[in-house]
Amino acid sequence: MATKERSFFTSVWDFFCSLKLTLSLLISLALTSIIGTILPQGALPPEYIAQISATKLQIYSKLGFFDMYHSWWFIALLYVFSMNLISCSIKRLPHVFKFISEPSLVLGEGMRNSAQLKKELSFSGSIEKGKDRLVEFLGKEFSTPVITEHNGEYHLFAQKTAWCRLGVYVVHLSILIIFIGAIIGSLFGYKGFVSIVEGSSVNAFERHNGGQMPLGFEVLCEKFNVDFYANGSPKEFRSVLTVLENGKPVPGHSQVKVIVNQPMTYKGITFYQSSYGQASEGGEHYITVTPRNGGATEKFTVREGFAVTLKDGTTFKLLEATQEVRQFAPGFSGPAARIEVTRKGAAPQTFISFKNFPDVNAQRGDALIFGYEGTNARMYTGLQVAKDPGVWVVWLGCTLMVIGIGVAFFMSHKRIWVVVSKGHAHIYGNASKNQAGFQIQFEEISEKFQHLKI
Amino acid sequence: MSSSMLFNVTTFTYLISMLAFFAFLASKNKSIGLAGSFIAYAGLIIQTVAIGLRWKESYALGVGHAPMSNLYESIVFFSWTIVLLFAYIDIRYKYRIIGAFVMPFALLGMAWAQMGMNTGIEPLVPALQSNWLLYHVITCFLGYAAFAVACGISIMYLIKTAAESSSTSAPAGGLMSMFPPLKVLDDLNYRAIMIGFPLLTLGIITGAAWANYAWGTYWSWDPKETWSLIVWFVYAAFLHARITKGWVGKRAAWLSVIGFIATLFCYLGVNLFLSGLHSYGSGG
Ligand code: HEM
Repeated sequence: MATKERSFFTSVWDFFCSLKLTLSLLISLALTSIIGTILPQGALPPEYIAQISATKLQIYSKLGFFDMYHSWWFIALLYVFSMNLISCSIKRLPHVFKFISEPSLVLGEGMRNSAQLKKELSFSGSIEKGKDRLVEFLGKEFSTPVITEHNGEYHLFAQKTAWCRLGVYVVHLSILIIFIGAIIGSLFGYKGFVSIVEGSSVNAFERHNGGQMPLGFEVLCEKFNVDFYANGSPKEFRSVLTVLENGKPVPGHSQVKVIVNQPMTYKGITFYQSSYGQASEGGEHYITVTPRNGGATEKFTVREGFAVTLKDGTTFKLLEATQEVRQFAPGFSGPAARIEVTRKGAAPQTFISFKNFPDVNAQRGDALIFGYEGTNARMYTGLQVAKDPGVWVVWLGCTLMVIGIGVAFFMSHKRIWVVVSKGHAHIYGNASKNQAGFQIQFEEISEKFQHLKI
Repeated sequence: MSSSMLFNVTTFTYLISMLAFFAFLASKNKSIGLAGSFIAYAGLIIQTVAIGLRWKESYALGVGHAPMSNLYESIVFFSWTIVLLFAYIDIRYKYRIIGAFVMPFALLGMAWAQMGMNTGIEPLVPALQSNWLLYHVITCFLGYAAFAVACGISIMYLIKTAAESSSTSAPAGGLMSMFPPLKVLDDLNYRAIMIGFPLLTLGIITGAAWANYAWGTYWSWDPKETWSLIVWFVYAAFLHARITKGWVGKRAAWLSVIGFIATLFCYLGVNLFLSGLHSYGSGG
């Protein structure tokens, strides 16, 4: 019974330590990850639901395919992955430490015969003299050796960068640290969105997973601006934000310029410029109407979507307005309005009226010239709000990973043994990585070794 | 002298270099091989100048930015890194013939970019106005290029093993004698991936750092991010299979080819077939 139990635990343990499992996990993670890049994730667009059959939809949602990176089975894969990393390190690390702290000071017969790098030196002096001379030589050319007397021979052992054998484990540990950082972030962090109308302030934001969350302070949007390139694409959108505590600006956090790629952080909460628009509420637009045959210009104040009837029975309606028309009408710039005019008894006509191009407005061959004079509507700035206390742990993990990979790939544990017997000595070399590179170094050293006069 | 003219010269130079390498394969004439290398280096220098010039031109247009901001510029940069890595391997390991299997990737990239794409210099949208763009793109593309080189070497490996197993007689004969020994190809494949994997890792990390800096989320499972992780998993599998289970030779070569197909999908397929946050999609 006892042995059976033991063998069960051993086989579970072996399973978790095995590299077969690592390979299966890496391949499984790679393959399953593809699903989430093909199927839409999160809130499904209605067009997608319309084109997919009901049974498929049901099966996919049951399997968690629409939020697959948070589905139970993907998380389970990551757990097994972590277990794999932890158990294989527990199994191997002690051996590696032992290997580093208790190196083979004496080179056995087997290793001597199988060594790829070796050279011989004959000398006429005494074995003691040979040993002393070779200790000095190794110390000068490579590193200070440890001397062991064994079966009437002296074994000199010297090594360099033994610790680099730990590089691999640093890489593995770094993965676990990144996971820990991600878990901290998901437990104690949050993400959301807030829009602030120019000149107003907010003290809460909308969380991505629903619900309002108080900030604990106020954020005031002093000003918002957009600049455009000549081709009409946006160049920079810029909010000027001030943090208020108890209604008073916080020194160092007042009039802060926030643009894309330049966020503002206060009390661990970071605000990222992400979108903008025109505040719809309260926005009034000014439209002028001038009779072409030279009458007085009339000025109207209207809201988007509202219609006005003129004295002659013509109605006009402000369909929409923008404060920058470039992306809709290349070649033009500045504020503009789309207006629909219905002359009495005629079909409606739609056109764009520009604030900065009155001549263009006048060119529309009609009895009435419509001008757009802008708006008193204000802009709002859209900000992502995020707090992630785990992010530094993630960066720590990333840093360790880069260092670990550098050490594991590009550094090598180099060892040299010199076995001194009566009348001759042998030098042997071994490197854990990049044998070709070490061979060059070994050849240089052994060349000098063979020319020693003892 | 405009950059677009120099890019055309570059494309032509890579074509000649590739043809020289093919002639080298067929003729075994060493000086043709040497010419292939030197033409490739000349192309590399011309392309370097062209990239610098394009950078300068963008400032003259008032939209100054490093030339790595759309699909066209990224493909040009990708070709450049491939030739750069080939030069490194050629000089360091002296296996020139690899050029016959690596230069086609560089040529294909340049030809596609020059003929099939909008080559205009565009202003940077706000999301791309960051130094992180530079670090991110450079590390990613150096990694991709190393994988391209590894893939070319693996194809040589697969051709050579196939040829050797079909002609049971002498492995000495014909074209195959031009190829480096199988053991060398296998080792070079591993070395190229040892260069590519750390760079890809850095590329993913700089991307995450940038995403976090620009919008507060270091990882959002956007298709491009996910595919870069898939590529990373494939090469991590390659490294583990290799050290610990001795997956050398044919299987390693296949894994390297599969890894590069995944890389290409990450780079191009995601933009062409899937939607996401990354910007290169619109450059086509
Ligand atoms: C995707 C995540 C992983 C990465 C990036 C990674 C990275 C590495 C690297 C760079 C090496 C050294 C390669 C070389 O020497 O050429 C290595 C070796 C190794 N890895 Fe991983 N690894 C990962 C996951 C795992 C997991 C989950 C296990 C669990 C068993 C594992 C087990 C090992 C073992 C046993 C070695 C050999 C160590 C030795 O030579 O003593 N790795 N890994």
